[in-house]
Amino acid sequence: MSEIIANINWSPLWISLKTGVVSTAVAFFLGLFIARFVMYRSQRTKWILDGIFTLPLVLPPTVAGFLLLLLFSLKRPLGIFLDTTFDFRFVQTWAGCVLAAIVIAFPLMYRNTRSAFEQVDVTMIYAARTLGLSERKTFWKVILPIAAPGVASGTVLAFARALGEYGATVMLAGNILGKTRTVSTAIAAETASGNYTVAGFWVVVIICLSFLIIVAINVITGRGMKQIRRWK
Amino acid sequence: MALSVDITKRLGKFFLNVSFETEGCIMGILGKSGCGKSMTLKCIAGIEKPDTGRIVLDGKVFFDSEKHINLTPQKRSVGYLFQNYALFPGMTVEENIAVTMKGSKAERAEQVRKELERFGLSGLEKQYPGELSGGQAQRVALARMLVTKPSIILLDEPFSALDASLKEKLQEDLFRMMSEYGGEVIMVTHDRNEVYKFCPSLMVINEGHTVITGNTRDIFKDPCYCDAAVITGCKNISAARRIDDHTVEAVDWHMKLHTAVKAEEDIRYVGIRAMNIEEVGDGSLENTIPVRLHDSMQTQFDIMVYCESRDDPGVILTRRTAKYTDEFIPVEEPKFWHMPPESLLLLK
Repeated sequence: MSEIIANINWSPLWISLKTGVVSTAVAFFLGLFIARFVMYRSQRTKWILDGIFTLPLVLPPTVAGFLLLLLFSLKRPLGIFLDTTFDFRFVQTWAGCVLAAIVIAFPLMYRNTRSAFEQVDVTMIYAARTLGLSERKTFWKVILPIAAPGVASGTVLAFARALGEYGATVMLAGNILGKTRTVSTAIAAETASGNYTVAGFWVVVIICLSFLIIVAINVITGRGMKQIRRWK
Repeated sequence: MALSVDITKRLGKFFLNVSFETEGCIMGILGKSGCGKSMTLKCIAGIEKPDTGRIVLDGKVFFDSEKHINLTPQKRSVGYLFQNYALFPGMTVEENIAVTMKGSKAERAEQVRKELERFGLSGLEKQYPGELSGGQAQRVALARMLVTKPSIILLDEPFSALDASLKEKLQEDLFRMMSEYGGEVIMVTHDRNEVYKFCPSLMVINEGHTVITGNTRDIFKDPCYCDAAVITGCKNISAARRIDDHTVEAVDWHMKLHTAVKAEEDIRYVGIRAMNIEEVGDGSLENTIPVRLHDSMQTQFDIMVYCESRDDPGVILTRRTAKYTDEFIPVEEPKFWHMPPESLLLLK
């Protein structure tokens, strides 16, 4: 066992963590602003937009991966454009890992945030406006603190999903050790080649890690939530 | 100093059409629940947008559908006291009050301290809105609103969320503060006593329409319209037909009534307040109806007696006598009720 651990290449762990953090950060702001944008729309527009933004959650991740590949492949216009003008590629790169994770994790962030926004009493918003607070200040100082528990749980779920992303990542970013191999792709690859001990090691790592992160986020977000009463 | 409002707004089947002007005092808007009172306030504050019309405060145009003017709530500087006070739940009392303040941290802290003292909230600065009583929450909301120096104050059912025992003290406090404020105040309520006590001028609205506007005492004395009579608390109303200048036929009550005021051609209803019906021994007097006891109710301060007409049991009249007592008084069987000509309300 110790021999295996000594010989382990730790890069999948760092790549997973980096991907998780970066994609959650992007999905966080994207989810926040898109949820806010949707809240200002009429009911009908809301239904349509909601469908579009939730789609990646319902589709198999491989479909999302396929579509991303279709868009950013080095044989397609957008992929060629990014490659030639910015020397930037999503296919078979870490950026691909992040993009795939964002696309898959975003709906969780968006949906949780939106339903948290829907629960905010509109009189709070009206009150803020009649007090002369700008729309921006109203959003950051009034709406967001009230919606914080929902936003926090959206963030946790998005992070968990980003950390475990497999299908779309493999399609877009591949499985290159030290570059795009994440813990989840490592588990699949090691299992496929019969290295059950290494795969099992990664399984234990990811279980511990996920648990720790979720507890940590609960502790951090729980501190500011004095208005939440325990059910007893 | 005046607010002038003339707006219409359609919301599904509901149609709001109100028009009034204030005269620099506390104006009451009286009406049943769902009659468009709060909607009117929301239109003035800019929370809701009317379909057509104009809203002007002291020459400043808030809304004009023809000129396509619709100021944002932020630009109207209206103080709105919401029914549930709308304190921000994640902020403490001092944070709520300071939310609109500008300046350095020390300046704001000093200003907050002054406001807390002025509103009798000292010691509560670190509390959250969920930990406050109804009266405290109302004072915090008032303080937070008055900090912004509003050019008009809108009170939306300010006492509906409070216990009856607290109400009177808070009413006094609120109206003392409103007179200190000195500007234009509009109060929406369904409680006619509140209006009578605190609002020198009044608008009565019913199903989205302005029924009557004017001096509060005048409207209570002569509501002019059937809807206004009902909303100001008139219990006895009958359809009426004019016979001559001083006689009307109360169609529902099957009787002719002599009136002190001249009956105009457009009279449709006649009414009398429960306080004004008199009990008499015989039916020889004019404006008298033979009655039979139907039911009665007693509070500490008054007795309500409900009688049916002997001629038509379907007609129920209500008589109220003010009497302070803590004992139960059995109601004697009344024989005749008299409606004094000077107390009759002639209504359109």
